[in-house]
Amino acid sequence: MFHSSFLDRHLKILFPLPALIFIALLMIFPVLYTFGLSFTNWNLTSGMPLSFAGLRNYTRVLAEPRFLDALGRTFYFTIFAVLFEVVLGVAIALILNRAFFGKNLAKLLLLLPLVATPVAVGIVFNLFYDPTIGLVNFVLKSFGLPQGHWISHADSVLPSLIIVDVWQWTPMITLIVLAGLAGLSEEPVEAARVDGASEWQILWHVTIPMVMPVILTATILRLIDALKTYDIIYAMTGGGPGYASETLNIMGFKYSFEYFRMGQSSVILVALFLIVFLCSLGIMKLRASSEV
Amino acid sequence: MKNKLVSNALFYLLVLVIALMVLFPFLWMLSSSFKTQVDIIAWPPRLFFEPTLQNYIKVFEEQDFLKYFVNSTIVGGLAVGFSLLLGLPAAYTISRYTQKRLAVFILLARLMPGISFLMPWYIIFSRLGLMDSYTALVLSHMLIALPIVVWIMASYFNGIPTEMEESAMVDGATRQYAFLKIILPLSGPGIITATTLSFIFSWNNFMFSQVLSMEKTRTLPIAVYNFVSYAEVDWGGVMAAAVAIMTPAIIITMIFQKYVVKGLTMGAVKG
Repeated sequence: MFHSSFLDRHLKILFPLPALIFIALLMIFPVLYTFGLSFTNWNLTSGMPLSFAGLRNYTRVLAEPRFLDALGRTFYFTIFAVLFEVVLGVAIALILNRAFFGKNLAKLLLLLPLVATPVAVGIVFNLFYDPTIGLVNFVLKSFGLPQGHWISHADSVLPSLIIVDVWQWTPMITLIVLAGLAGLSEEPVEAARVDGASEWQILWHVTIPMVMPVILTATILRLIDALKTYDIIYAMTGGGPGYASETLNIMGFKYSFEYFRMGQSSVILVALFLIVFLCSLGIMKLRASSEV
Repeated sequence: MKNKLVSNALFYLLVLVIALMVLFPFLWMLSSSFKTQVDIIAWPPRLFFEPTLQNYIKVFEEQDFLKYFVNSTIVGGLAVGFSLLLGLPAAYTISRYTQKRLAVFILLARLMPGISFLMPWYIIFSRLGLMDSYTALVLSHMLIALPIVVWIMASYFNGIPTEMEESAMVDGATRQYAFLKIILPLSGPGIITATTLSFIFSWNNFMFSQVLSMEKTRTLPIAVYNFVSYAEVDWGGVMAAAVAIMTPAIIITMIFQKYVVKGLTMGAVKG
């Protein structure tokens, strides 16, 4: 039984090995490949052979206004979307955090946006936002309010996209915080109540601080995903009008698969990768510190 | 007493408002999918109308959506299946030998932006003649499914006491035997969570299939997107397509609600 004893002794390495090799091949190698390409001149459509470009792609792309705008938009989108999601998500979780008739149904409803296909969600919101037949403008008009241009104008396109992201992902914060609240012990709340604290005081000084680690982790998780938002933006505006909703992800996609400027697109992808990587380091640190 | 009644009424009103905000886009999508073009572009928007099945007939007969359904199911099914095959043993040793660094390494695949792998994949798969192949699509979707499987299962295995396999090993069983015959049979709920969640994420994925698939292997999200650009103003057809793509994920979620919630919230709640 040589095989079996070999497996016995090396199980620790052999069991995770296939998964490890898979991720190395499909993730680590491609990322290094992209990094390498970022130092080359390579345009798939020109037919010219690949040549070494040194740092020229970096100096060119990083100084380009289109890149800097996309970078700014990426952060604008991420910060505002996540801010609203966390505030709303936590508030809704605190409201729902009690036993009530239909609680299970409410939780099911909250799950639906999370599993809805983002591309399709974007398209449905496009119908809402349509300036002439859309429901949103109809409602505004009915209340005598000025109508908006939504995704068809540069000024309003990013906020309009943020609303869609907020609709889709606020429930995730709510569900995570609800799960966190369910795991809390009742004692500190009871003790505060015995000491005569008001419900507001209990909320601010006892409950929220206790679920803070959960809120923080959920926030960072959302931050990382929001930085990478692609589906709804591509499906709703394709980065337009003009470049008005072009984030780094969309710009990287266009440079790669529309212009086929692989060298320059690599710079964009490396930048996006680094930003997400640094945020991810944040979440790991947080996890490590909250585990102690 | 009266005060209590008022606050209760207020609470349910609030819950109702939240529920409506969440549900409304779904309801509008559903009702629009049964409207004729005339009813959709009518101003003011029509709440009552004579429902038609025309949009669905168009989507499934003219657009061959059934084929894309099958493609999405094949890609998602195979990606999840292979991810369980690779991920279960990895999750097991991560849990039993507390291989933290390995866990973080695999989690990175979940966190990093997909486009930074997609561009090189495009070049490599083109060279290998694997564009528009199930192989390339399944491999790319495995990168979505595998981290979910490993992360969920590692934390599930953490909840199974080590005595379970240790007592068998005292009796002479090997660890791999104990894993297969004792741990896996106890892991049903965890496997359901991992499977449903990773399948839904694969089902909804847009970017990977957008680049790696063409006519033969096209998945549903691409078909829905193409339908929009192709049928610019055919809102009814587009809404029917949106309903078609969301229905399976929603049905799975309704059946496995408990598991899906656990999978989505676990990572953040437990360290």
